[in-house]
Amino acid sequence: MTSQSGLTVIVPIDRKRVRDLKALLSTMNIAPGQANPANSLVPFGRLENLHFARFVILDDQTLDDIRLYGLPRQEFPLYLAFVCDFDGDRAAFLTDLVQCCGPGLRSVFSFCEDFPNGADLLQWLQDHDLPIAANYVNWRGRTVKQVREEARLRQTIGDYLRSNARALEGQPAGLVRTEVRKFVEGQIAAGRLTLTPPASTPWGAKISNLVHLTGGFVLIALLAPLVGLLVIFRIRPMEKTDPEYAPVPDPAQARQLAVLEDYQITNQFNAMGAVKPGLARRWVVSYVLLAIDWTARHIYTQGRLARVRTIHFARWVFLDGKKRILFCSNYDGSLDSYMDDFIDKVSFGLNVVFSNGIAYPATRWLVVDGAKDEQKFKYCLRRHELPTEVWYDANPAMTAVEMERNSRIREGLEAATLSEDQAREWVQLL
Amino acid sequence: MPATSIDPKDVQGLVRFGYVKLTEACYLLLRIGDAAAARAWCAKAPVATAEIQGQPPEVALQVAFTWDGLRKLGLPSEALAGFSAEFQSGMAGDENRSRRLGDVGPSAPDNWLWGGPLSTPDVLVMLFAKPGKLAQWRAEQEGGWGAAFELMHCLDTSDLGGHEPFGFTDGISQPEIDWAGTRNGNGDQITYTNVVAAGEFLLGYRNEYGKYTDRPLIDSADPGIADLLPAEDVPAKKDLGRNGTFVVMRTLEQDVRGFWRFVDSQSDSDSGARRQLAESMVGRTIEGQPLVQTSTVPIEGIGAAPADDLNRFTFDQDPAGTRCPFGAHIRRANPRNTDYPGQPSWWLPLLWSKLGFASKGFRTDIMASTRFHRILRRGREYGEGLTPEAAIQGSPGKDEKRGLHFLCLNANIVRQFEFVQNAWLMSTKFDGLTEESDPLLGNRTPVGDGLPTDRFSIPREGGVRRCVAGLPQFITVSGGAYFFLPGIRALRYFGRLGS
Repeated sequence: MTSQSGLTVIVPIDRKRVRDLKALLSTMNIAPGQANPANSLVPFGRLENLHFARFVILDDQTLDDIRLYGLPRQEFPLYLAFVCDFDGDRAAFLTDLVQCCGPGLRSVFSFCEDFPNGADLLQWLQDHDLPIAANYVNWRGRTVKQVREEARLRQTIGDYLRSNARALEGQPAGLVRTEVRKFVEGQIAAGRLTLTPPASTPWGAKISNLVHLTGGFVLIALLAPLVGLLVIFRIRPMEKTDPEYAPVPDPAQARQLAVLEDYQITNQFNAMGAVKPGLARRWVVSYVLLAIDWTARHIYTQGRLARVRTIHFARWVFLDGKKRILFCSNYDGSLDSYMDDFIDKVSFGLNVVFSNGIAYPATRWLVVDGAKDEQKFKYCLRRHELPTEVWYDANPAMTAVEMERNSRIREGLEAATLSEDQAREWVQLL
Repeated sequence: MPATSIDPKDVQGLVRFGYVKLTEACYLLLRIGDAAAARAWCAKAPVATAEIQGQPPEVALQVAFTWDGLRKLGLPSEALAGFSAEFQSGMAGDENRSRRLGDVGPSAPDNWLWGGPLSTPDVLVMLFAKPGKLAQWRAEQEGGWGAAFELMHCLDTSDLGGHEPFGFTDGISQPEIDWAGTRNGNGDQITYTNVVAAGEFLLGYRNEYGKYTDRPLIDSADPGIADLLPAEDVPAKKDLGRNGTFVVMRTLEQDVRGFWRFVDSQSDSDSGARRQLAESMVGRTIEGQPLVQTSTVPIEGIGAAPADDLNRFTFDQDPAGTRCPFGAHIRRANPRNTDYPGQPSWWLPLLWSKLGFASKGFRTDIMASTRFHRILRRGREYGEGLTPEAAIQGSPGKDEKRGLHFLCLNANIVRQFEFVQNAWLMSTKFDGLTEESDPLLGNRTPVGDGLPTDRFSIPREGGVRRCVAGLPQFITVSGGAYFFLPGIRALRYFGRLGS
């Protein structure tokens, strides 16, 4: 299995040059925020292990919210975030990245405050790659290559079925599968289709995964009683007085965000906010993200984050000594349907993280209510959202569910035997 | 939760009635000419209410306003700013919205007859009348408002006897409004219900989340608003939205000849096969019978009368889509699902379900829960009827336009109408499908690197699905706008503005 990794380079930029930086970034786009895969600055399309990438300027519009607690506004540096999701290990990806897009990246990062002339780009990227607090991958092990090969497989089978519709009509599923297999084998032999077998998991990865599984579990279990006490004695009393703040989002900001959305089926999302004051909140949110990261790595590994099936990649990253958090995701559908999914299916999962952020709709016991206050939650999220300057999606117009379907088709095709019932289910996927 | 009683005398009749007996109707799209005269008209306009009369009415008038219209009437900026963003920007107000609604290509607002960038009306007056009485009713009204309004368009309607222009029985399924306000919206919905919280269709009441949808609330200090009702959730403020709702109106031009010719061409001109294909695209027979079996268990909010059989069903009995295809119009428009798959009956399976462990089936948890996305349809057809046989015959040189003035009511345009349109009807990925959108409404625009969306698949028991390819665009949007349908008190308040 090839595992997926993330790069999250976050670096301070010179405020006075933001306009020029935005202008440079926009040269990569074919439509507002939509990267041209073959753009000359950072030709994402040439990185064949890259699923998603984005450039975002982290210009937090909610810094004044801390005044809700009677505390003064705190200034933070203005950051540029460069976020990638890719297959395989980081070192190999970074080497590819620098080789393929070095000059372009240099001109982008020259806007950063600490990018020395003649810097070793590879080393510099490594140094500025922040640790991911919690990472979610829709389907662990599914590579870009696999997604594309399996999409091609489904299309080819579809064409075959359409041109042989009459002959196959009314045939039992088992027979259809045999015919399709024969056809696909022929296509593979003729070099018209490729189905690369999954790479074996290296021993090192197997061991580190096992260590993470057991070590993480022990750590989470040991800390659970302490966090429980913290929730009972500190968090719950605070929940009763924590201010909510969810005004209608500024129409100009909302428009600026909407311009970037809904070109294809998949969209990008960034939200940023400050953690509520006090160490208790900081500890709780650190623990929660640790637990989510562990769960996402070992439990929700195949197409579902609890009941949500529309998220391709998502991550939380701490900034500024855990005073602020950045959340980035790639999801299917419009933002409103994404938020509806959150509210209706996993409000508990969102509450447990985001309720530690300033202004979030009131929760009880970290998980109850919160996002269930639909309108306030939506305003709150929109208010914390940040526009993406450049966004790249290696498989536009392909939903996570569709990728799963294609994998299931391949699995059924490659299975040694299927019962007639299984074959029927398989045929229905085609 | 205390039940709130809704005063039907303060609600426009359209929320409760379809006025089906008033078979003549027209929609007047108006621009405000003289604001003072328009306000004076609002103060006394003969608007029919939702109160049940001893005698059914002979005529009825309903009125709704776009945000521009309300601004021209002189609504204070505090009130104007209290309306939702989508109502303020309007149906054609930004490209992102048009992309989501599928209003691109020939359906793009630039090509609209009305409602486009330069042709957004201020006011929509809906007139309904018994046969033969509309002309006089209209003349009376237009005479009455004089210089207040200028007529931009009069959209005529026709009575096709309960059928939409393709020939199918229409308007069968409607949500049942919880007028008594007894629904506790905040709990989980385990079984399918057709009863929907009043707040989904009327502003000022609790919605399916048990919350109040945003609407304009005004400070009570202004003496002009003394008559408005207080907001239930913020009693210190007056609720301008109370007993009002939003009207989504779209003129959908239907290519009836194109539709029947296409299904005919896919059926070797066999009239039975042709009919079957058309019915599988709709999900009902021409007469309105659903393709799935009627439920033997009662469904809350759907009666037991034989006529209700047409509506007493869910898709639970058809998990493989072999009776009613997944992509059929009625399955997209209202998937009739619940909050959880598999109806977990006690807390442990429910918890298991919440955590996403209940089922790994390909289609589990793929769709949103229906109850947050219901609309109340009130549209009318236009143009002359055409039978399938006549549609297939050669067309006359100059063919008449026909279609539907689609009209629906909802309290939250984004979560209700726009969601249904975007995530269900126009989506090329609905319910795990791909390469197809709504067989009737789809705009067939390719996605990604030119992937087609002009197909329609019909699952078949145990075998390979039938895939119909090359569907042309059958429906073109030629107009549309979002209107606010005020309660009667709010309308009368408009009449007092500026005085």
